[in-house]
Amino acid sequence: MNKAGERLYNGLVKENPTFVLMLGMCPTLAVTTSAVNGLGMGLTTMAVLALSNLFISLLRKVIPGRVRIPAFIVVIASFVTVVQLLLEAYLPALNKSLGVYIPLIVVNCIILGRAESYAYSNPPIPSLFDGIGMGLGFSFALTCIGAFRELLGAGKIFGVALMPEGFEPIRIFGQAPGAFFVLAMLVALQNYIKNRRKKEGKPYEKIGSGCSEDCMNCSDQGCKRRFYEAGTEKRATAKSTAKRADSAAKKITEQPAQSRQDGTTKRRTEQPVQRQPEPTDGFEYIDLVEEEK
Amino acid sequence: MDNVKDLLVILIGSSLVSNVVLSQFLGLCPFLGVSRKVKTAAGMGGAVIFVITLASFVAGVINQFVLIKFQVQYLDTIVFILVIAALVQFVEMFLRKAMPSLYEALGVYLPLITTNCAVLGVAINNEQAEYGILTGMVNGFATAVGFTVSIVILAGIREKIEYNDVPKSFQGMPIVLLTAGLMAIAFVGFSGLL
Repeated sequence: MNKAGERLYNGLVKENPTFVLMLGMCPTLAVTTSAVNGLGMGLTTMAVLALSNLFISLLRKVIPGRVRIPAFIVVIASFVTVVQLLLEAYLPALNKSLGVYIPLIVVNCIILGRAESYAYSNPPIPSLFDGIGMGLGFSFALTCIGAFRELLGAGKIFGVALMPEGFEPIRIFGQAPGAFFVLAMLVALQNYIKNRRKKEGKPYEKIGSGCSEDCMNCSDQGCKRRFYEAGTEKRATAKSTAKRADSAAKKITEQPAQSRQDGTTKRRTEQPVQRQPEPTDGFEYIDLVEEEK
Repeated sequence: MDNVKDLLVILIGSSLVSNVVLSQFLGLCPFLGVSRKVKTAAGMGGAVIFVITLASFVAGVINQFVLIKFQVQYLDTIVFILVIAALVQFVEMFLRKAMPSLYEALGVYLPLITTNCAVLGVAINNEQAEYGILTGMVNGFATAVGFTVSIVILAGIREKIEYNDVPKSFQGMPIVLLTAGLMAIAFVGFSGLL
């Protein structure tokens, strides 16, 4: 039971997928035009995440390491279809306003990321709670961003007018450009906190651990890369990711005057087990690509 | 004639007015990740045009002749994602064997595209709008052109930003996101086109 509580806390606060890990930014930007939409998207993702984590964890001994990513995708896509049909039947209005982003939950990196880094190497009950915790964290973040954008863009939260009479809604925040601005502020805030922790000598890598500066990009590149690695890479050891992240962060802070890039490559060559499987990979790969050019 | 006009409307609508990245937020990942230099951005754009056009053709064929024929449209998400993932793998293998020169140019970008949300997004959009195979392909092509246009513009701006004095907290992604936001405002202007 304690373990379950720890997973919930981890998802909501410690490794909040949006505010800390910066995963799954496409839906975050697209559907947070209002608090209701954000909450709806968050809860839908949570349902898929919890169920797929549970099933992947149950099947973890059956799925061979080589084809695990396609297998995960099939499981996730099935649950997305189930949830989509349920929404169509019982909440048609929400389904309509979320539109194409519901089927696109399949390619949301949070889900594949959790399947890969937690559910595939942990027992079912903690995996279920990991999914619920992460989902709650995601819902909380989307609702916050949605409420913020709705407040600025329309002067309301959850459809209730909150701003004083004279407030002129800043329409742009309800539209596409506003999403970019809000996210830019969010990342800037994260950078600010990171820089300050760096100055104070605290383990700053913990913040935004899943991603470097470019992390808000979905893990799809990372996933794809794992498609290739799937044959060569050994199955991840049953260590919890939190532990891995901890030691990785420690490792980074121990290396004094090295740039981040050096840190990551060093970590990769020295301790392949501790390498985090999340989007960082995708980005290292892209960096390589750009360097080659 | 009417048909051609419809296709033109789709072409402009998908590439400029409802730009895939700046107003639909699909394919944000490569948009932010591979836009450091104009040259790489253009390469990525070329690969995306190639893959999305092909994928929307294949998805259209499957939709028409398998999903609709056997009335299993509810399986669309599963089928499309698997087909697209497999397709990109095959394209890569094929290009490597048959057209090494094209593979040189596009090869490094192909792995980055597989489960890109834009590819799946276009397939699903085509299906929901009930486009036929040809219309779907045109829509896919236009969407990818829109992606290329915006990523090349962003890369151009980013090359200039390199030399600017950006506040410390805004270095890296935040300034790029702000740039993208301003570009999105500019692209809102295209909505008067149709």
